[in-house]
Amino acid sequence: MSGQIDEGLRSELQRQGIWVTSMQDLYNWGRRSSIWPLQFGLACCAIEMIATAASRYDLARFGGEIFRPSPRQADLMIVAGTVTKKMAPQIVRLYNQMPDPKYVISMGACAISGGPFKQGYNVLKGIDRYIPVDVYIPGCPPRPEALLHAFMELQRKIDGQKLTGDNRAEHLNPAQPSEFPVPAFGAHDLEPPANPDVFEPPKIERT
Amino acid sequence: MSATIQTFEPAERPPTTMGARLEGELMEVSMGPQHPSTHGVFRMNVALEGEIVRKLKPVFGYLHRNHEKIGENTSYLGSMPYTDRLDYFCSMTNNWAYALSVEKLAGIAVPARAEYLRVILAELTRLQNHASLLGFLLSDMGAWGTPLMYAFREREKILDLFESLSGSRMMCDYMRFGGCRVDAGPDWMERAKKIVDSFPRFLDEFENLILSNEVVIARTQEVGKLSADLAINAGITGPMLRACGVNYDVRKVDGYGFYPRFKFRVPLGEHGDTYDRLMMRALEMRESVGILKQAFEQVPVGPVMNPKVKIRAFRPPAGEAYGRIEAPKGELGFYLISNGGTNPYRYRVRPTSFINLTVLEDLCLGHTVADVMVILGSVDIVMGEVDR
Amino acid sequence: MFLSRRRSSAPDVESLEQIKGGAEAAVPGAKIDIIPNPGPSQQSSLLIDNEHAAAVVKFLHDDPALRLDFCSNATGVDWLDRTVKKTVKVKRVIDGEEKEVDEAHEELVPGYLEAVYHLYSMTHKHGPVVIRMRTVDRAKGARLPSLTPSYRSAEFQEREIFDLYGIRFDGHPDLRRILMWDEFQDYPMRKDYREPDDYEYEPTPHDDVLAKAREHYAPRPYLDGAENITAQPQ
Repeated sequence: MSGQIDEGLRSELQRQGIWVTSMQDLYNWGRRSSIWPLQFGLACCAIEMIATAASRYDLARFGGEIFRPSPRQADLMIVAGTVTKKMAPQIVRLYNQMPDPKYVISMGACAISGGPFKQGYNVLKGIDRYIPVDVYIPGCPPRPEALLHAFMELQRKIDGQKLTGDNRAEHLNPAQPSEFPVPAFGAHDLEPPANPDVFEPPKIERT
Repeated sequence: MSATIQTFEPAERPPTTMGARLEGELMEVSMGPQHPSTHGVFRMNVALEGEIVRKLKPVFGYLHRNHEKIGENTSYLGSMPYTDRLDYFCSMTNNWAYALSVEKLAGIAVPARAEYLRVILAELTRLQNHASLLGFLLSDMGAWGTPLMYAFREREKILDLFESLSGSRMMCDYMRFGGCRVDAGPDWMERAKKIVDSFPRFLDEFENLILSNEVVIARTQEVGKLSADLAINAGITGPMLRACGVNYDVRKVDGYGFYPRFKFRVPLGEHGDTYDRLMMRALEMRESVGILKQAFEQVPVGPVMNPKVKIRAFRPPAGEAYGRIEAPKGELGFYLISNGGTNPYRYRVRPTSFINLTVLEDLCLGHTVADVMVILGSVDIVMGEVDR
Repeated sequence: MFLSRRRSSAPDVESLEQIKGGAEAAVPGAKIDIIPNPGPSQQSSLLIDNEHAAAVVKFLHDDPALRLDFCSNATGVDWLDRTVKKTVKVKRVIDGEEKEVDEAHEELVPGYLEAVYHLYSMTHKHGPVVIRMRTVDRAKGARLPSLTPSYRSAEFQEREIFDLYGIRFDGHPDLRRILMWDEFQDYPMRKDYREPDDYEYEPTPHDDVLAKAREHYAPRPYLDGAENITAQPQ
């Protein structure tokens, strides 16, 4: 597997016209070059997401232009926009329906923390209260370049994932949950207001 | 005319392609909130008989982000950036509607150059909104990609103009009570002129591409017809109203801003069907180009802000005001009540696309599911404004 | 002709008087008050009694000179209970002598919910005529007559008022929550609504959000600069 090929030997062979790779590199190369995002937009950021996929910015250069309408065929969920409490259960459900390995980009201030609408009674203060997030993009809305950067960061993350060993990728770990509980509509708020297994408010205390 | 609530009796059933009607029980389908062509997080509960829509109930609130509550808890100026995020395609017109209402509330005059700049920016907004709408509508019909790419190519040019003027592509936050935030330099005007001059070429190309297309005609003509009486009673505004032949354009009726100084025509439809709604957008873009060309010629030099307006601790006198403009999607209004404090006591947005959706069920009854997407696309909704 | 045809503008108080007179003549028993607007916008409004509201609105809609056929905006307003301080001259006997004394007197004005409609005419191109209706109190079952039978455009907007303010509209064909979910019990646009406390974490706190976020962080035992974003030791 990867890491066991001698780098010197590999480059020597490459010079001779023989391209040697490992299963892991090939697998990750394939995965990172064909990330299919879920065609799913929430608010303003979704328009920038469309602009990223459209003529000028052209997400297809990174292999991510195939937006899938069905979560069953998607690898990546771009949470683009304000997540309201009414919408949050559907987002968790969509995430649960995506097959592993799956990734989440939290696009824009609203999806990170509620953003400018933080004080709203119906606004979820960040999608990471219910599902794990891989890449956060700040901005309101982030420019298409920022989304492209996040996309490249995600590709870098996929490239670095191991297939075996103790620090193998999360989706290969049987103990890692692939689905998360869907919150219910309560009388005053969502129940529970955050999933304690996923979300832990960052501690400001330092020692 | 006594308006009545439409009952959900099956309308006259159109013949299916198989010649005979398929009998069966109604099947309820929930379309959305995650659906590739609902333009955001819109949801409809549809009762289907085969493929024919017999009942349709829109479900709102998936993007209800409490704009009005936040508006009541922030200062008047503090709400300006939030208005950008209402209808996030048209932040300039949202700014204008809000600024106009506050100017009414406080009795503020606006300098001439600022009024011209507002007209220029509002019409540029109309161009990019209508172009993108046509692109989205076509991709709802299955022309996935190409028309949208054309539209977004033009949209990016206009967004570049917005960005160099206001600092942001989409969320411009450009207008202020009593004028505009910064002045547009001569080079900006030159660039804008160039883009506007080349816009009719895009329109020719686009209209050749789509409007005479056989598939588009088959999919849109006689689909989703709306009568003028129902449209008026249901408060439909904008191109959707004018497609029914009702001559009502707030730019002409209210004559807000400097619109009375411009010569332009209001395109009117005849049938009120989806094709007419689509054509309205195409024709309005031509008129907007005309307005822009006049504005570039007339725009005077001068200040862009009324110097008497207090920016900090702005307190309008107690009272209330309702101001409205003709936004690209229809009539956008703001209703403000001031009690003399720094925050509005009541801050209300009259959401165009929300009210335009009132008749969605009437438009869709008797048509197929595939037509629902086309009809919804022609209504031109943006969820940020529908749910606020 | 009640209103100027030249340019759409709000009717002044005189033409509102005419509208009021016309409506009161057309609908026997109707009681209409003119609510003046002190601000520069000149948009005064008509307060219609709830009992005759439907008939008055039908008159406004059908009257050939008015023909207010377009209800542009419908919304709610919440007016809390408030106390008005009044100084009343009271005669008192002080030191055996009768004197006039100013006495501060607090009067409680009970709160109410209000529905405001902005009517325009597409036929004659005039408006807005602003009409309002008021509930008796702010209790949960506050009721008003629905104007949806006259104006279809009020259908979703009245549902929204019901959702956010809790006014029940009699005669509305489909009165359900529209923006919030059905299980939700509060009326969030009311002024005394308290939102759920979910400010456990805030990356960039400021103003009200800072105050709310502070409640979630324990007071710091010593000062190292971070105390600005945590609660102060009591």
